[in-house]
Amino acid sequence: MAAIFQGVGAAAALSSLPSNSFDSKNILFSPRRSFSVRKAPSFVVVRSDGTMNLDLNPKGRRAQQFIANAVATKEDSSAASSSSKPGHELLLFEALREGLEEEMERDPRVCVMGEDVGHYGGSYKVTKGLATKFGDLRVLDTPIAENSFTGMGIGAAMTGLRPVVEGMNMGFLLLAFNQISNNCGMLHYTSGGQFTIPIVIRGPGGVGRQLGAEHSQRLESYFQSVPGIQMVACSTPYNAKGLMKAALRSENPVILFEHVLLYNLKERIPDEDYICNLEEAEMVRPGEHVTILTYSRMRYHVMQAAKTLVNKGYDPEVVDIRSLKPFDLYTIGNSVKKTHRVLIVEECMRTGGIGASLTAAITENFHDYLDAPIICLSSQDVPTPYAGRLEEWTVVQPAQIVTAVEQLCQ
Amino acid sequence: MRFLSESPSVYSQCYRVLDDAGQLISHSNFVPVSEEVAVKMYSNMVTLQTLDTVFYEAQRQGRISFYVTSIGEEAINIASAAALTSDDIVFPQYREPGVLLWRGFTLQEFANQCFGNKADYGKGRQMPIHYGSNKLNYFTVSSTIATQIPHAVGAAYSLKMDKKDACAVTYFGDGGTSEGDFHAAMNFAAVTESPVIFICRNNGWAISTPTSDQFRSDGIAVRGQAYGVRSIRVDGNDALAMYSAVRSARQMAVNEHRPILIEAVTYRVGHHSTSDDSTKYRPADEIEWWRMARDPVTRFRKWIEINGWWGSEAESQLRSSIRSQLLHAIQIAERAEKPPVNDLFTDVYDNIPSNLREQEKLLKETINRHPKDYPADVPI
Repeated sequence: MAAIFQGVGAAAALSSLPSNSFDSKNILFSPRRSFSVRKAPSFVVVRSDGTMNLDLNPKGRRAQQFIANAVATKEDSSAASSSSKPGHELLLFEALREGLEEEMERDPRVCVMGEDVGHYGGSYKVTKGLATKFGDLRVLDTPIAENSFTGMGIGAAMTGLRPVVEGMNMGFLLLAFNQISNNCGMLHYTSGGQFTIPIVIRGPGGVGRQLGAEHSQRLESYFQSVPGIQMVACSTPYNAKGLMKAALRSENPVILFEHVLLYNLKERIPDEDYICNLEEAEMVRPGEHVTILTYSRMRYHVMQAAKTLVNKGYDPEVVDIRSLKPFDLYTIGNSVKKTHRVLIVEECMRTGGIGASLTAAITENFHDYLDAPIICLSSQDVPTPYAGRLEEWTVVQPAQIVTAVEQLCQ
Repeated sequence: MRFLSESPSVYSQCYRVLDDAGQLISHSNFVPVSEEVAVKMYSNMVTLQTLDTVFYEAQRQGRISFYVTSIGEEAINIASAAALTSDDIVFPQYREPGVLLWRGFTLQEFANQCFGNKADYGKGRQMPIHYGSNKLNYFTVSSTIATQIPHAVGAAYSLKMDKKDACAVTYFGDGGTSEGDFHAAMNFAAVTESPVIFICRNNGWAISTPTSDQFRSDGIAVRGQAYGVRSIRVDGNDALAMYSAVRSARQMAVNEHRPILIEAVTYRVGHHSTSDDSTKYRPADEIEWWRMARDPVTRFRKWIEINGWWGSEAESQLRSSIRSQLLHAIQIAERAEKPPVNDLFTDVYDNIPSNLREQEKLLKETINRHPKDYPADVPI
């Protein structure tokens, strides 16, 4: 597993990096705005995916299966004593908790409300232990009334608290749509700026493992139109913690989308305090031939496909867009200007999803740089079936991504 | 085996202090008010009544686009406001401008919001009567029904965490109690033991829906017990009763950390709004009867006159003064500049993001190219 370094120190380590290698060790982060096209890969690369390694071994090849476990902790990294490496290892849900806990310690106004978030610790254990540490008033168990406890969160935010509202599953927040659209996104504006709503609404969404249609909703499609809110999607322990903290510090209402299948991803993250900018996309793998834009779980399907593509001689550039509202058109634009070909891989449905908006935004802004029409791979416009095979077929698989790139690049 | 009846054997009592003639009902207990407070309450009730009349006329003349009156509910508005402190946070529905009036919102400020001019605190973004004032602890009115009720519980939760000597107060109508938000908020206020006062203005009508079509319970006060919330039914047109009830409720809410539900029984004398003609669904003589015989303003005036605190000269002076102040405020508001085009894009977020800046630029370019298609009085 690679270590991730933040900002300072990046320049020094750069020289030791062999160019064009993706050895999963020292991949560096360089400050955002000084980004320019370089030959040596010197941008942040997410290493939660052990399959990043270029030298393919049969173990890594899983052509027949979709990604069941995106993270394989490699044997050698556990053999190396963890005390010799900087940072600490944890799972994504623990990273979310750590981010939340640190912010709760830092700012007494931060509080959590949701179903079973208190002593039960949350249905995905993101709030485990927080009620014991901070008390029942700061980690509040609510009755089953999403619209109302979201409304409560909004009222509390307007009065000076910084609440985190947890939807047990994002799909349940459909019940909170009225409060989110009509009040959360709106009241800062309609009050003439008199009242701010620094609320964070978070929860797991996306297609899981046979959870049925009602528990496989992609709420980002529905909420993207609401003015006044920001939306981000985390995909690694590093950005999960960073985005959680940034969201809590933001004065605007932020919806943080987590994914049900990514909670157990393991990664080594820095010990120091850091945040991830809410409006930035993440460069996962720089490349030259095609820009693949994705977010959340699909990032891992894309990286799996990237392995196959590299074998076939392609050099895809993978960008985890992370910020779903607004889009980071700066990073995305630079990528499009470099590769001239765009593939969007999302879990949303074809109609009205994030991909649809992204396609429109890219076409509008970067039309002259495109050598081919944008391809958007999404789920079909069907409710997610329960049956395992059927569910598999509604989610974009690596094989389709490979085919789409081949089609784009011919 | 005994089933609980669907309706109580005895309907909930209605707390009243003054009878229709403005005289104290014997054996009624109430919180006494000084002459100063009583006269201030009465003046505010008259101001509210006049404000409503003048603005309603202004809408009919086409000077403002929309208006909602609170005629018949002046006692609820003013008396409840008088019983609260300025630290208590108010979450209104839209028929409670009297609370703002009591707290010091000026006639000019009301007019500015209705005309949506540059001085409006809402920067022209909301319909008329959607007032909001941070400094007066009155949260901006949102058109959606009952969404403010859970907001109040959230605010009470915040006040409780900060251990403040204040409570949250929210108002809603009989129709609003059918919304899911009402039930969950009541339930949750009880469970979290929050200092919040729920004031229901049961005025008999939700636009054209009478309460018989809205619910089958014995009004709203009985619902309190279902959630574990202490409640009371009050004659909403009796200013003294409203004052006493809210005063006691506040004490209980703040000292005992409990929610209280007050059902103020009244009548919506005006139409639902300027977009409604209520004679289409209710008899005109019913409206007239409530307007004249059951007017809360008249009733309270009789009481302060009995006490020698008011007279007909003071009355006519007050009414003409308020009316001329209002007409003046309207004239100023009407002539004032409208908010600039930038205000279309600010406050969506804390800082204007790049996509909105782009959209603003596009709009300005379009306006510059076709100036005659855009209103001349809106500054760019």
